[in-house]
Amino acid sequence: MKRRESLKYIVLGSAAATMPLQGCENEVKTEKVVEPKKSLPAYGRTEEEKDHDEQLLEKQFFNEHETQTLGILCALILPANEEFGSATDAGSVEFIEFMAKDYPPFQTPLRGGLMWLDHEANSRFDKDFNSLEENEQKSILDDIAFEVEKDESTHLAQGRKFFALMRNLTLTGYFTSEMGIKDIGYKGNRPNVWDGVPQEFLDQHGVSYEPEWLEKCIDQSKRMIQAEWDENGNLIT
Amino acid sequence: MQIKESSTVYDVIIVGSGAGGGMATKVLADAGLNVAVVEAGPFFDPADPEQMTQMKWSYQSPRRGAGTQRPFGDFDSAYGGWEIDGEPYTHKDGTKFDWFRSRMLGGRTNHWGRISLRFSERDFKHKSYDGHGDDWPIGYEDVKPYYDKVDKLIGVFGSKENLPNEPDGFFLPPPKPRLHELFYIKGARKSGVPVIPSRMSMVTKKINNDRGICFYCGQCNRACSVYADFSAGTCLIFPAQKSGGQVRIFTNSMVREVLTNEQGKATGVSYINKEDRKEYQLKGKIVVLAASACSSARILLNSKSEQHPNGLGNSSNIVGKYLHDSTGASRTAFVPDLMNRKMYNEDGVGGMHVYTPWWLDNKNLDFPRGYHIEVWGGIGMPSYGFGFDVNALNRFFGTTVGGYGNSLRADAKKYYGSVMGMSGRGESIAMKDNYCEIDPNTVDEFGIPVLRFHYKWSDYERKQAKHMQDTFEEIIHNMGGEVIGDKPGADTDFGLLNPGRIIHEVGTTRMGTNKKESVVNEFQQMHEVDNVFITDAGPFVSQADKNPTWTILALSWRTSDYIIEQLKKQNL
Repeated sequence: MKRRESLKYIVLGSAAATMPLQGCENEVKTEKVVEPKKSLPAYGRTEEEKDHDEQLLEKQFFNEHETQTLGILCALILPANEEFGSATDAGSVEFIEFMAKDYPPFQTPLRGGLMWLDHEANSRFDKDFNSLEENEQKSILDDIAFEVEKDESTHLAQGRKFFALMRNLTLTGYFTSEMGIKDIGYKGNRPNVWDGVPQEFLDQHGVSYEPEWLEKCIDQSKRMIQAEWDENGNLIT
Repeated sequence: MQIKESSTVYDVIIVGSGAGGGMATKVLADAGLNVAVVEAGPFFDPADPEQMTQMKWSYQSPRRGAGTQRPFGDFDSAYGGWEIDGEPYTHKDGTKFDWFRSRMLGGRTNHWGRISLRFSERDFKHKSYDGHGDDWPIGYEDVKPYYDKVDKLIGVFGSKENLPNEPDGFFLPPPKPRLHELFYIKGARKSGVPVIPSRMSMVTKKINNDRGICFYCGQCNRACSVYADFSAGTCLIFPAQKSGGQVRIFTNSMVREVLTNEQGKATGVSYINKEDRKEYQLKGKIVVLAASACSSARILLNSKSEQHPNGLGNSSNIVGKYLHDSTGASRTAFVPDLMNRKMYNEDGVGGMHVYTPWWLDNKNLDFPRGYHIEVWGGIGMPSYGFGFDVNALNRFFGTTVGGYGNSLRADAKKYYGSVMGMSGRGESIAMKDNYCEIDPNTVDEFGIPVLRFHYKWSDYERKQAKHMQDTFEEIIHNMGGEVIGDKPGADTDFGLLNPGRIIHEVGTTRMGTNKKESVVNEFQQMHEVDNVFITDAGPFVSQADKNPTWTILALSWRTSDYIIEQLKKQNL
């Protein structure tokens, strides 16, 4: 995109930001065919909550260009490695799209941040962020991705704010996905019998159970036996 | 308007189906009485696949469990929250009170923390001990038999500790501590702060044939599909129905007022059916209010008649007064020794396996009442928020914060499970000037006048919160941890949360022997209307530094026994 066109985008963008919902609905109809996704598999919603989800799923907030930029950003923030895919592969873009609708205060910082990024790319390379080579994209990220001692009053401070939000949403999208949960190694959410921290991990962290504490705890081999007490409250089964 | 009346006259109408209403339903239906339960929300059964949130993965929610729709996250089982569309409440004089309501069968018992503590003799007679507030008209010996029965009926794990202020019960055995809890034990002991196994109502060992046994998913706030934790629906109301009791449940039915006759006695209730938005009347010989401390006060204040011009049973003008919630303040810690964890399943029960009961004598302190400490942390399921500020803890090592790329995976793994925290939950002093009343200018969407709150913390609570913060810092230091964030100071009341935030609000219809200073007698029977009883936490004279549910259950059972006895004697 040429500089003049990008300025046109800025004007359109800010107009869209003041009336985001209507603006987006129109965009969806004219620019992109959204596959209708009427409802989600049951996850314990009330009727009102189901309606809310369905309404959000029918809307599209980010336009095609923005969605493409989000995809590039999510994959730069968390690229694939030998074992696992990127945050984009894991669905962070779809998650961010949903959150922008579910939590409207995200809308302007995200949409505006994406425009900030295109403006920066155009200032430096005379191209949109999407059209840059990866090393050029990274050269911009290198200036906004790290915490600085004092966020100086240059325009980069706003870029940092945006990038911090993007990184948070990208990573939370990734680590709460099926892929990300496998990657982080979480082992729970399945029926089991808790019988304390395995010895090797107690050793690793330099702690141990006291015998007198363990004496108070459940003997898991007796968990299926009906509880009975003597009159003083001592468990006898 | 045509108000629809039903011809059935119930023996008892119970308003609300949480801990107090559920227990009354069970005891009264088991005694053969014909019971109507009127609940403002929908039917709820955590075993219903359509309603179940237990064992769902974060990615089954498009918002990954974020709290945009439900205040404690998408999988929390409370229908409702601090704000409910169409059901406002207001505040007086710029004071703050946050009111959590859960509209569903079982009420707030579906998502609560299950911390199940007995009040001690000192808790019932604290005025005699320190001069603050008021004594209850009953003591521990009056309630003990009911605590015992509740333990055996519902199940609570814990350990016999012989601590004077933490009466032991009939406990199921507790689970072993998690890794971060062992660090807490170590740090707390070094600070002279005792730690004991938690006391919570999950079934770690078989208690009866109706209830499942805990399978350690750590999700009790989602309500248990095998009924291995306590919820009023699953553990009280369903069993009452199953054992052949006459229990008629009216759901989505919002009670407006208690109806009375010329003698000023209750004859039933009127309610709005939320589905057709019409008003109905139910007739009953006895009315038990268990709608929650504030909701029951609201119903009473809205029940005005010639005989009760100031609201039902409120010539004392005490209804709504002495509202008090637990205090709450927290601190978060980073524990470097908990970095680089190897993974195993440590979900455990939903909530903490260890806690600290109040351990000091307030006579040596500058605040009158104590608090207990709850502990949290561990390698739980990642949900919304996981990965935020992924390597911010690098600050403690002076290394780079931020960045992008594959190193962030390593950062997330390095710190997973290394952050933990502690929360103080303390006793506040009941004050007459902390109250709810009817807002003369506002109604809800059902046309029912709403509550207006007036509540201020005093220096008693602020000093207690300061003590909590000092204690947390010391314990964190002693377990080799680093405190995260700045220490809350006087400018933020030492991190003291708004009143209402701990969801332990009690005291609005307090019990007593002096009819001018209280609303109900020791059997939670209204002084002025002998066929109206209140079995939620409204009758609490003081709340102790304990969670109120176990005492609500015990007192509701005691009241229900009293009702049965009075019916036999034909006194009602």
